[in-house]
Formats: sequence, structure tokens, C-alpha cells
Amino acid sequence: MSLIQEIDYGTPASTSEKMITLTIDGNEVTVPEGTSIMRASMEAGIKVPKLCASDMVDAFGSCRLCLVEIEGRNGTPASCTTPAVEGLVVRTQTQRLKDIRKGVMELYISDHPLDCLTCAANGDCELQDMAGAVGLRDVRYGYEGDNHVFAKAGVVANDRWLPKDESNPYFTYDPSKCIVCSLCVRACEEVQGTFALTIEGRGFNSRVASGARESFIESECVSCGACVQACPTATLTEKSVIQIGQPEHSKVTTCAYCGVGCSFKAEMRGEELVRMVPWKDGKANRGHSCVKGRFAYGYSTHKDRILNPMIREKISDPWREVTWDEAYKHVANEFRRIQYQYGRNSIGGITSSRCTNEETFLVQKLVRAGFGNNNVDTCARVCHSPTGYGLKQTFGTSAGTQDFDSVEHTDVVIIIGANPTDGHPVFASRLKKRLRKGAKLIIVDPRRIDLVRSPHVEASYHLPLRPGTNVAVVTSMAHVIVTEGLFDEKFIRERCDWAEFQDWAAFVSSPEHSPEAIEQISGVSPQLLREAARLFATGGNGSIYYGLGVTEHSQGSTTVMAIANLAMATGNIGRKGVGVNPLRGQNNVQGSCDMGSFPHELPGYRHISDESTRDIFDKLWGIKLQDEPGLRIPNMLDAAVDGTFKGIYIQGEDILQSDPDTKHVAAGLAAMECVVVHDLFLNETANYAHVFLPGSTFLEKDGTFTNAERRINRVRKVMSPLNGYADWEVTQNLAKAMGLNWNYQHPSEIMDEVALTTPSFAGVSFDLLDREGSVQWPCNEKAPLGTPIMHIESFARGRGKFIRTEYVATDERTGPRFPLLLTTGRILSQYNVGAQTRRTDNVIWHEEDRLEIHPHDAEQRGIRDGDWVKVTSRSGETTLRALITDRVSTGVVYTTFHHPTTQANVITTDFSDWATNCPEYKVTAVQVGASNGPSDWQVKYDEQARQSRRIAPVLDAAE
Amino acid sequence: MDSESHKSTADKLVYMANQIATFFHTQPKDEAVAGVADHINHFWEPRMRAQFFTILEQPDNGLDPLVVEAAKHIRKPGPVPV
Repeated sequence: MSLIQEIDYGTPASTSEKMITLTIDGNEVTVPEGTSIMRASMEAGIKVPKLCASDMVDAFGSCRLCLVEIEGRNGTPASCTTPAVEGLVVRTQTQRLKDIRKGVMELYISDHPLDCLTCAANGDCELQDMAGAVGLRDVRYGYEGDNHVFAKAGVVANDRWLPKDESNPYFTYDPSKCIVCSLCVRACEEVQGTFALTIEGRGFNSRVASGARESFIESECVSCGACVQACPTATLTEKSVIQIGQPEHSKVTTCAYCGVGCSFKAEMRGEELVRMVPWKDGKANRGHSCVKGRFAYGYSTHKDRILNPMIREKISDPWREVTWDEAYKHVANEFRRIQYQYGRNSIGGITSSRCTNEETFLVQKLVRAGFGNNNVDTCARVCHSPTGYGLKQTFGTSAGTQDFDSVEHTDVVIIIGANPTDGHPVFASRLKKRLRKGAKLIIVDPRRIDLVRSPHVEASYHLPLRPGTNVAVVTSMAHVIVTEGLFDEKFIRERCDWAEFQDWAAFVSSPEHSPEAIEQISGVSPQLLREAARLFATGGNGSIYYGLGVTEHSQGSTTVMAIANLAMATGNIGRKGVGVNPLRGQNNVQGSCDMGSFPHELPGYRHISDESTRDIFDKLWGIKLQDEPGLRIPNMLDAAVDGTFKGIYIQGEDILQSDPDTKHVAAGLAAMECVVVHDLFLNETANYAHVFLPGSTFLEKDGTFTNAERRINRVRKVMSPLNGYADWEVTQNLAKAMGLNWNYQHPSEIMDEVALTTPSFAGVSFDLLDREGSVQWPCNEKAPLGTPIMHIESFARGRGKFIRTEYVATDERTGPRFPLLLTTGRILSQYNVGAQTRRTDNVIWHEEDRLEIHPHDAEQRGIRDGDWVKVTSRSGETTLRALITDRVSTGVVYTTFHHPTTQANVITTDFSDWATNCPEYKVTAVQVGASNGPSDWQVKYDEQARQSRRIAPVLDAAE
Repeated sequence: MDSESHKSTADKLVYMANQIATFFHTQPKDEAVAGVADHINHFWEPRMRAQFFTILEQPDNGLDPLVVEAAKHIRKPGPVPV
């Protein structure tokens, strides 16, 4: 094992297809036109000294180290800013260049501390490397002159000196070590797109400043870490490196937060994680990261982690630690007893979107082959199940159509019901990069998300619709496109069913779908809607990105179909820069769906009623699969309340916190006789559990995650599981205890079984992934290296299917008692139920969930910013503090759900998507009023949770 | 139950079936009946369908006429294998 060193070519790659040849130090080098001389040199293995260049950002030409001499040209141009041209003859090392470089380095070092031995960057410092490279032996100027290094000049204070800024929890800024190369400023602008940093002052007074001379934590900085990664000195340094020291080996792995699925190098010292650094060859993130993946991994060693299995008779008892064998035996006995007593279908399981494909596959296999039923579901039920249904109906595949690189080729982007800068930050950065180069943006969202207007990015149109009216608005956009003749007839005739199109076109053309007619429902200006639709239809490559603001509605599946209709009608499918792109919530939501986690589908989205598919598994597993669909999560809970569902194995999900209508979830769990929770922490669901099996983190296991672009990425084990076993091993041991003859030695064998049984994964193996880095399914004989873009020549289902999408108002309506609409979302620093991020320093950005409310609505209720308010719905009530902002319209309130004490889901209702039962999180009619503090339910809940988490002390053998 | 959103499972099934019918009402006539039946056959677990048939037999069951029409194409659940 060694530290993975990535080559820095100094400037970004040129995309030109025209090749040119030049000579560098006597070597002929052929590169694409537009390549810099610096990059061309590096391609030839010649490292020109540099300090201000990186292939992550555009060339800048400020450090004056990378100078070269070119035959026939005067002077010594900077190789980073000088393009390679056919026939050039370049020399990178001459006496003149050597003298200049040494002189430049002398100047740098004369204003830099000489504390290399005790510096955190010791061993990983480009300044140190360059001093070595140019042969610096002496600094003739001394260190006594004007400088930024010392706090005092003699006995008086040195005004140029600035103290270290340690305000960010994850990295420090030490101005005394800064060489003002501006790499951090450019990384913040070009890679992250936040523009939080700048160089203030001129000449010797120049320095890096965050925001308007604020500390990093007070500035606009989003803590993505791009500046830290870019810094060539110890000026910006991870605190973990300062504390631990330099890493000695690393492995490439995949982030376990959102559905972007960024690749990281986990840099290690022994089994201690020193830092996570985004991997440039990661095809989802291309070397970028956000605060969660880059820094928020501290939960993996948090003291709250439960490391020993525990059981208890009743949920009111304290937990009792037991051996693994005892735990497995107990679960096996209980599950078999329940099945004997209540029937084969009285138990089930939930797979985790946070676990690996291999682990998910095993849990559904345990349910189908071990429990002998199909009662398996996954958290995608509550997020993207409508995506699966809607895209399967229209296109024939339950997945997004593009890769993330596609965004670089898009011209007009529609974002519906997603907030990428918070929910999918690395994708947002890639999108912003394209927007700054001229692509247009249309946002359909009740709330003014950051992308509506942020530095150097402004949406052409923001359609602030009323929550719950997506179908009306998207169908109305189609109305404009069809009635104004802006549809792509050629594409539709070639690729879709023309008769179905005509039926649909007639449907959307009716006057009741006109923007003017739907304004009543949606509150969107007809003029804006018309202009936005025209822009999308005529602006070039049109792409649609959407999130849970689309799916988590009574009409979630209908909106997904409306989006697919819009893409087909405008011919925006089947090439780069276009497509329908669901932004998946969790790291492995796509994968957990692919792996057969739904009760009606076997791996690869094949319906359980299909005999030939069942036959494959029947033969391989030596069983007889039931041909009927199993229960979905909400159905399991209903059946539990009805007394026909009595036991459940839940891997890595916290349904009590994340699922709607908490009281109903609690009632369902309380009615079961054996609830098994397999997780890192005693989560909220564990309050109702009889058995707790400790889980492992993504750092502790091998496997794969599949991200929102269908990309199968490797997860690599970098440390031993603290609890002793990776999650797949726990599931396997449980299966063995139940009498199943499983014997997987490594997750790669599980993937081999997936490949063997699932045509879209037929070509996937760990060997292939190790060789290629990653592949996007389908990956089989027809596409041996995977499929970046789907439906290129024809749709997976043959012809694209247009489906009528009539708007139907949700039954969750406002009225005199509940006049406001509550909608929910996510914040950058926190993730989902917060089980991980709340156990990291990320809490400094978001200590609690707040209720965003418009000043007008707040005024009417006498609510001031920061006041405790009571939010009441038809389901229940909770309290939290108000945040007064005009980001939400009047009539709409908004909150996040990262903290269990908020109990946001006590107020969400049991309304759900008509097709998939995906809950309607995004619309709840509520009333908001002043409050003195926590509701009775919150107080009772806290007490129950506290009682439930008691662990009985282990008795000493001597006693 | 202490709030109005907590309905019985039977109420929920009626509500869900009617939601499905609401969607298919808007689809071409010849596809609507089959659409509702297929959807329920594809996604409803046998005990849900068994409850559905019990509900169907009751007068004033609240089911959308389209659901009632589709019912003859909805599969009767067989016995659960032991």
C-alpha cells in the first residue's frame, strides 16, 4: 500500500480534436490544440516548476516559476499561459531560466517562515518542493525586512502580520504562510462557484481574504475544501493533518452521503483516517467535494456507536448486551416462532440505501429465500419510488438517462423540486460552472433556492409555484410547447408512438391547461411560464434535473411522467447535454432499487410475477419464490397495526424519524413482536426494537454504491469494523442462523451473483471496476464498459410513451384551521435524519431545524425571528423556532428534518403518491402560532427515547 | 386514534384504490379498466387484495365505479404457502 499520487498537469485538458506536435527539451510531444506548454511538458514527463498552477483551474500566470524559452520568441513566457503550437521548440531548463527561478524563489522564501520541521505541510508542500527543484541554497535578502511572517518587527507590532484563523472546524488559515498564488481564490470561484475568497490589496499588500474580511466561518465559505486542496503551502490545512500528521497510504473509495457518489482518496496512517481528498479521476465529482464527504466522517468513530449486539424482551426494558451468536439465535428463533404462529408472510425486511449493493442484495435475498416471502422494501419508497414508476412507464427504465458529465454540454436546464447547492452540492458546482459559461436556467420551486440568484449565476426564470401543483405547471409548459408548435416532430415520429403523442398533444392543448388557466391553481405568472417553456423548447440542449420536490407528492409519479413527456416532446433524450435526471437523495438509493429491494421486483426491475425471472433465482437458490408482490413499508405498518405483521429486520434505516406520520409508524412498530434494528447508532426506530445489531461504516467494508447516474463505484475497506463485522457478514450470519446455506467470503462474490442473475449487470465484476474505476449500468455484452447515456437510438421500452398527466389537487388542503402549506427540505451541512452529520462538527452550521416563514405571515401571528412556534396539522403538532425570511412566499412555510427533536414527521400526513405510496412530505396544511416550548408529544417522546436507550450494566463475573 | 389522519387500513385501501382510479379516469377510456386492475395486481400484496374484496362486497363501500368495474380483472389471492 502506498499513497496514491495524482499527476497535476498544471492546466486543464483541452477538448480539441485537432492534434499538434511540438518539441520540448528535445522530445517530440503531440497534444490537442489549445493545450498549454506546461501541460504538454507534463504529458512528456517533464515537470516544469510551478506554484500557482493546477489542472483544476484555469492558468493564471502569477508565480513566475514556470517560465520557459521558446526558439524564435523573445523573453521567457510562462508555460501555463502559453499555448502549445505546431512546431514550437521549447526549452524548460537553461541558465537564464535557472537564474530567474532561483531569484523568484529567494523572494518567496524571504517572506515565509522557516519552520519546515514543525509545519503541518512538511512532506506535502509545493513551496518546499520548488525550493528543492530550483536548487535554492541561500536567501540573500535575509528575513529582517518587511514581512508577513512575524507578529512583531523588533519590539513593535508588525501591521502586516495576521493571526491564524481557526474558526472553521475542519481547516485553518495561516496568513503568515501564504504566498498569494491565488489558487484558493480560483478554486473557490472556478471549482466550487461560491466566490467566498478574494485577494485584497495590491503588490506586497496583497492577501487572501474570506468574505469582506470576515473569519472563514462568518464568510460565505461553504467549507467544500477546494481551497485547502489547492493550497501549495500550509496556509490552508486540514486540522486533522495538523493533529495527526501526513498520511502514508490511501485507497480510492466512494462517499456515503448523497446520490452524487463522489470518489475520494481515503488517506490513512495505519487504520487512522487522516483526511478524505476528492479523487480527480472520480467521474461523478471530477476532483471536487462538499463539506459532508470531505470532512464530516467523524461519526465513524463517535462514542455513540454501539459495538455489541443487544436484546431485550420488552421495549420498556433496558438493553442487555449479548454475544453475536446469542443475538443471531434469538432473532432466528423469534422470526421462526412468529412465522409458525402468524404465517409465513408475517415478517419482512427493509434494505438500506446507505449500505452497499452487496449488502442490500443479501437483505432482499434473506427476505425472499430465508423468510420465504416478498415483504422487502427500502427507503426509496419514501423518496424516489415515483421516479422508478414514472420513468419505467414512459422510457422503460427506472433510472436517470445521463451521466453527470452531460451537464457540461447542456444549454437550458430546468430544475424542479430540488435544491442542488444544499442537497447535491458537487453537482451544483458542476452546474454553476456551465451556467457561468452561458447556459440558461429555469427553476420551478416554491422557495427561492440559492440557484435563483447567487454570485455569477442567475436563473432566467423562477416559477414559484404553490406546493402540490407540479403537474399543473409542467403540463402547462407542454401546452405552450405544443400549441406554439415548438415540439420536435422529427424526434417524436422517429422515437415515440405517434398516435400516443397525438392523444397527449390534444390533451395538453386544451384551454384548461393553458398558463392563464392554471395560474389560479399554481400562482405562477402565465407570462413567465410561457417564456420559460419557449426557452426550454428552443434554447438548444435541454436537460431536466429534479428531486424530492417532484416525487414526494400525491401526484409524484404523474409529475415524473409529465417531465418525461416534456423531454420527449422537445427531443431532449438520447445524447449529451439533455435528458431526465433524478437527483437521488442517498448514496445508494439507485443501487438499493437496482438490487431488488422493492416488494414487487427482483433485481434489475423484473416483476415478481414473471416466471422466467423467478426461475433463475429458484434454480440458483434452490427455493420456490412466491409469485405475489409483498408489502411496502406503509402497508407493513398498516398490517402490523391490524395484527398480521409481527417481525421486521431493518438494516440502516430510521423509519421512525424519516417516514411520515410518526405516530402511525410508532404504533406499527409497537405492535410487532420482534423488531431488529441493524445500525451504527441507537436511532429513533431502535426505541421500538427488541434486538440491536451493531452496523459498520462505509470505511469498514468492501462493496459498491450506485449513484444517481447509474454509476457503480467501488467502496473500499480502509479500517477494521469497530463492531467486528461488515454489515454483509452480519446478514449472512443471520441467514445461517435461520438455516440458509450461505458462504460468501467476499462482497465480490455477491456481485458475481448479481451479474449472473441480472442482465443489466451481466458484465459487472470487482475486477472490471478495479480496472475501469467505475461503470454505469447497463453493463453487459452489448455495452461491456457500461452506458453513460441511455436511450440513444431507441428507448429501453422500444418507443417512448406519452402519457396524459391531469392535475389532481391533493386532498391535503388548506382551510381556515390550517391556512399555511408546510414543505420540507435539506440543508448543506446536514444529511437526511442527521444520524451521521449530527455526530460531526457540522452541527456548528445547523444546530436545530428552523421554521422558515414569510414576514407577512409572521407579522399576522405576532411571531418574531427566533421565537418558539407551534406547528399544527391534521396529524399532530410540534414546536420549533421561527426563521423569518422572504425566501418562502406568503402562505408557505418550510423546514428541514435533520433533528429528531423537531419531529417534523409528527405533522406530515399519511397521504401518498397514487402509484407508489411515496409519502406526500412536501405538502402539509398547517397552522403556526406562538408557543412556550416543546409540545406534550415532544416531551413524552423524549422521555420514552431516554428510557428506551438504557443499557443494563454488565455484571462482573466475580460478583 | 387521536387525530383525523389516522384512518383504518380498510379506509386507506379504499382511498388508495380511488387514487389509482382518479389517475386512470384521465387516461384513454379503453385503457382505464385494465390500468386500474393491472396496477393493483402488480403492487398490492395478497392480504391487501383480500381486504379489498371484502370491502367490495359491502354496500356503500365508497369505491370509485372504475375500481368496481376493474375488480373482475383483479386477481383473487390464493392461499399463503406454509
